[in-house]
Amino acid sequence: MALIDEGYLEFSELQEKQKLPDAERFQRGPVAVLECIQQIPCNPCEAFCPFGAITVGSPITNLPVLDAKKCKGCGTCVAKCPGMAIFVVDKSYSGTKGSVSFPYEYYPLPQAGDEVAALNRKGKAVGTGKVLKVTNPASFDHTPVVTVETDLSLTDEVRNIKKGVLK
Amino acid sequence: MILEKDVVVIGAGPAGLAASIEAAKAGAGVLLVDLNLKAGGQLFKQIHKFFGSRAHYSGTRGYDIGRKLVREAESLKVDVWLQSTAVGVFPGNKVGIERILDGGVKKLYTVHGKAVIIATGASENAVCFKGWTRPGVMGAGAAQTMVNVNHVRPGKKIVMLGSGNVGLIVSYQLMQAGCDVLALVEAAPKIGGYAVHAAKISRAGVPIITSHTIVEALGDEKGTVRGAVIAKVDSHFQPISGTERTIECDTIAIAAGLRPVVDLTRLMNCASVFEPVFGGFIPLHNTDMETSVKGIYVAGDSTGVEEASVAMEEGRIAGTAAAQSLGYLSAAEAGKTKKLLWERVNSLRSGPFGERRLTAEKNLLEHFREEIREPQPEIMIGGLAHGAD
Repeated sequence: MALIDEGYLEFSELQEKQKLPDAERFQRGPVAVLECIQQIPCNPCEAFCPFGAITVGSPITNLPVLDAKKCKGCGTCVAKCPGMAIFVVDKSYSGTKGSVSFPYEYYPLPQAGDEVAALNRKGKAVGTGKVLKVTNPASFDHTPVVTVETDLSLTDEVRNIKKGVLK
Repeated sequence: MILEKDVVVIGAGPAGLAASIEAAKAGAGVLLVDLNLKAGGQLFKQIHKFFGSRAHYSGTRGYDIGRKLVREAESLKVDVWLQSTAVGVFPGNKVGIERILDGGVKKLYTVHGKAVIIATGASENAVCFKGWTRPGVMGAGAAQTMVNVNHVRPGKKIVMLGSGNVGLIVSYQLMQAGCDVLALVEAAPKIGGYAVHAAKISRAGVPIITSHTIVEALGDEKGTVRGAVIAKVDSHFQPISGTERTIECDTIAIAAGLRPVVDLTRLMNCASVFEPVFGGFIPLHNTDMETSVKGIYVAGDSTGVEEASVAMEEGRIAGTAAAQSLGYLSAAEAGKTKKLLWERVNSLRSGPFGERRLTAEKNLLEHFREEIREPQPEIMIGGLAHGAD
């Protein structure tokens, strides 16, 4: 398993371990993608979701389960997950572009409009992206959530950006 | 002169603070001693959000938990002595404390605690390779203290040895502080810590090189680190000759696990066992967290290396039991609290990552019950009922 051997998830591995929102749900707007696949005792995602869309239940080592119908893609869980393992993906607003929101705890923070290198789960640049917004309210407790626009085809792969702005 | 206290707690980390809070809440007079300048133990360098259940502050950053515990202890009038080292525990629950007073004057005190709770934590394991004493080779915990407490980068280019949660988390935090982590080297064929921690540094481009170890720290003309020679290891963790390569770096951080600090419990001849799951020699304890020596309790990493969340619950159990033993809580009140706390500890030890610890703990409690004495009744340990009922 790439995750335990190498430190990153292959998308196929994720699909195997987590029930992801279906294509129809992705068409309807932003939605959370839970990349939490190990049974560790943890449940803030469940506690903080304002829509009750995430269930961990008991025992606390259950993997979180997303009710994609209830999820509004608000991104609260992205900031609250201590494992930084939740992303919001929006494939709905254009036939060619989509966006990925991810937790980003590095300085300097990117700014809306920045052109950046989009990195995949291995940290490899797979394309370019444009920062759409950086959300950082006090309730996120110093875990800013960055939303970056990329090619629609990359939204299942892009999970980070490279520090600094592209020329 | 011997000072008198209901409860003396040694070590003001998460376990010691939680123990002090519970004992003081029940009405006991508590003295909490710690050799550092500040209470909180490692919590103040843990800038990440904790796992666990909402009931155990999960999703909260370590330093915020530390602040909360310190405030709570203060509001309960726990007497906190900082820069105070417990230099010995002597028969009759007498604790020798060397305290640094204002102006740097050291004074030795003997404090008699009707109960003594030892929460001295753990220390980092070293890994010896050629050049391991060079400036620039340090424990991952030291590197973490430098960036998160003292706001000083240990270097610019870091190689981390060890992929347990400490190695993974500290690598991430060094990057947050602006260091480049060039590689994380792990002797085992698999990553040791949680995958989500590994994923964070992977997606930032840090390679995690498994089945490798550091064989040498290279030095520059002054002797400080200028590179790490790594090599592939065989199935017995022996470096394979000919596979060496050099990573240029100025810092090597070692995250090779921790071992419990047991000097004081050894001094008291508390019955101990070697339990690798918990990091080495540890004092046995019952479900009250009381050792084989009546009135001496243990909690936190000093009774088995785990996470701060477990340490806090163990501290609460020890503090509750100590207060009960002094008559501040009835058996019924204390029993109810302890049962709830044990359920919380067990839930933290659940799942594939916790299973080994849950089993090891069960065996240790069993061992204590059979060979030392019966614990308090009516406590459930992972479905295993001890004592009455």
